[in-house]
Amino acid sequence: MTFNWDLVWSSFGPIIGGAVTGTIPLTLASFAFGLALALLVALLRLSPNSLLSGIARFYVSVIRGTPLLVQLFVIFYGLPSIGVKLEPWPSAIIAFSLNVGGYAAEVIRAAILSVPKGQWEAGHTIGMSRPQTLVRIILPQAARVSVPPLSNTFISLVKDTSLASLILVTELFRNAQQIAAFSQEFMILYLESALVYWVICLVLSTGQSALERRLDRYVAH
Amino acid sequence: MSPTEPSNAAQGNSGLVLSARDLAKAFGSNKVLRGIDIDVRRGQVVALIGPSGSGKTTVLRSLNGLEVPDAGTVTFGDADAGTVRGSGAGLTLDFAGTVGKREIAALRDRSAMVFQHYNLFPHMTVLKNIIEGPLQVQKRPRAEVVAEAERLLARVGLADRRDAYPFELSGGQQQRVGIVRALALKPQLLLFDEPTSALDPELVGEVLGVIKELADEGWTMVIVTHELAFARQVADEVIFMDGGVVVERGPAAEVLREPREERTKQFVKRLQHDV
Repeated sequence: MTFNWDLVWSSFGPIIGGAVTGTIPLTLASFAFGLALALLVALLRLSPNSLLSGIARFYVSVIRGTPLLVQLFVIFYGLPSIGVKLEPWPSAIIAFSLNVGGYAAEVIRAAILSVPKGQWEAGHTIGMSRPQTLVRIILPQAARVSVPPLSNTFISLVKDTSLASLILVTELFRNAQQIAAFSQEFMILYLESALVYWVICLVLSTGQSALERRLDRYVAH
Repeated sequence: MSPTEPSNAAQGNSGLVLSARDLAKAFGSNKVLRGIDIDVRRGQVVALIGPSGSGKTTVLRSLNGLEVPDAGTVTFGDADAGTVRGSGAGLTLDFAGTVGKREIAALRDRSAMVFQHYNLFPHMTVLKNIIEGPLQVQKRPRAEVVAEAERLLARVGLADRRDAYPFELSGGQQQRVGIVRALALKPQLLLFDEPTSALDPELVGEVLGVIKELADEGWTMVIVTHELAFARQVADEVIFMDGGVVVERGPAAEVLREPREERTKQFVKRLQHDV
């Protein structure tokens, strides 16, 4: 068997292109929406109102208890049957955001609870309202605790976006699949796409370390 | 006279800063307060002493709205000229009725609290800890607030630590920052919840020294403490609590040297033996 070096080099373009125009924006958008949703859900979970916390608990349970691929298919292939027809991109962003929202909500909830009660009290005694204390005193401290687990969620998301290829989103893996089908060089194309995912995740891990160092500047080492 | 110190005119007026009546509070079936009365006059230092579980910390926290009593009233008199917190007319909260967020906020606005475990904000430098309330809540001008914070820090001997994070400070230094954070709010009343209980013995003196200076300057204070010698030095009145009631109260020298009640005698004796 002769190794097809030409194909290796010529396919890098479309694969990296798929990462830049598909995987990366899909990841960033879903993570941003997902985090905002997660913060909301975490706060609902912590609410003394049992209806609100019940809704949040139910949401987290459904998201964590069902496969991401199934969630994606329900939104893209299922919703049209009840008259809600979404394009591939919005479907993917909604599914991934909902998914991140469920997982990250638990991380954020635990991080908020890890901040000592005395910090809330200190905020209140200097005259801050609950929302003000949350934003200025509690969340900055919770952020430090939640960076490592949220980084895991983020890195998982990068890889999970490959599932979007199954609902026709043009991203890294879908480009690789198309070239593989055309050239019949499955091993080369799939290993190449694996390599690109890996490099993206390596870069993210480096970013995570830098962020952790920055947030650790106010704790004893 | 600096702006944080109560004015002489205000001290000359022997009016009540605070008057609490019949405070009652239960946690489940555990009645921690069974009708507590406290009066604090301008410039007066009141020490709350008593065994653990006597309810003294709950009383202090009720005055700041960190606990909401089930019944009783708390009344604050008109504010001094020099105070920023609680500016203006008096305030009465009746805990038997429903007490809303706004009332609690108004109550909180009268006093400032120093905690046993300091509760400094770990993600902020010393300076930011101090200016956070004046800047974010009181909306005072930044330049004024920073200058004030630096002056207060210098007073407690921490001018060179303004950019340090709390974890870089000793317990005694952290508590002095805690005191400055309270002073910077310019409250009518300072509340201390066992301010030296979490400190290593060799660091207690530096914190008590600062509190004593504040007392000498005429600050109005309520202090929960186990340091009886200190209470004798700084307090005008000592209130001995046990089982959620006031057992004995009076001038510090009397209550601590010649207690009338048997429970007070035993408590004072036990603590003095410990020393």
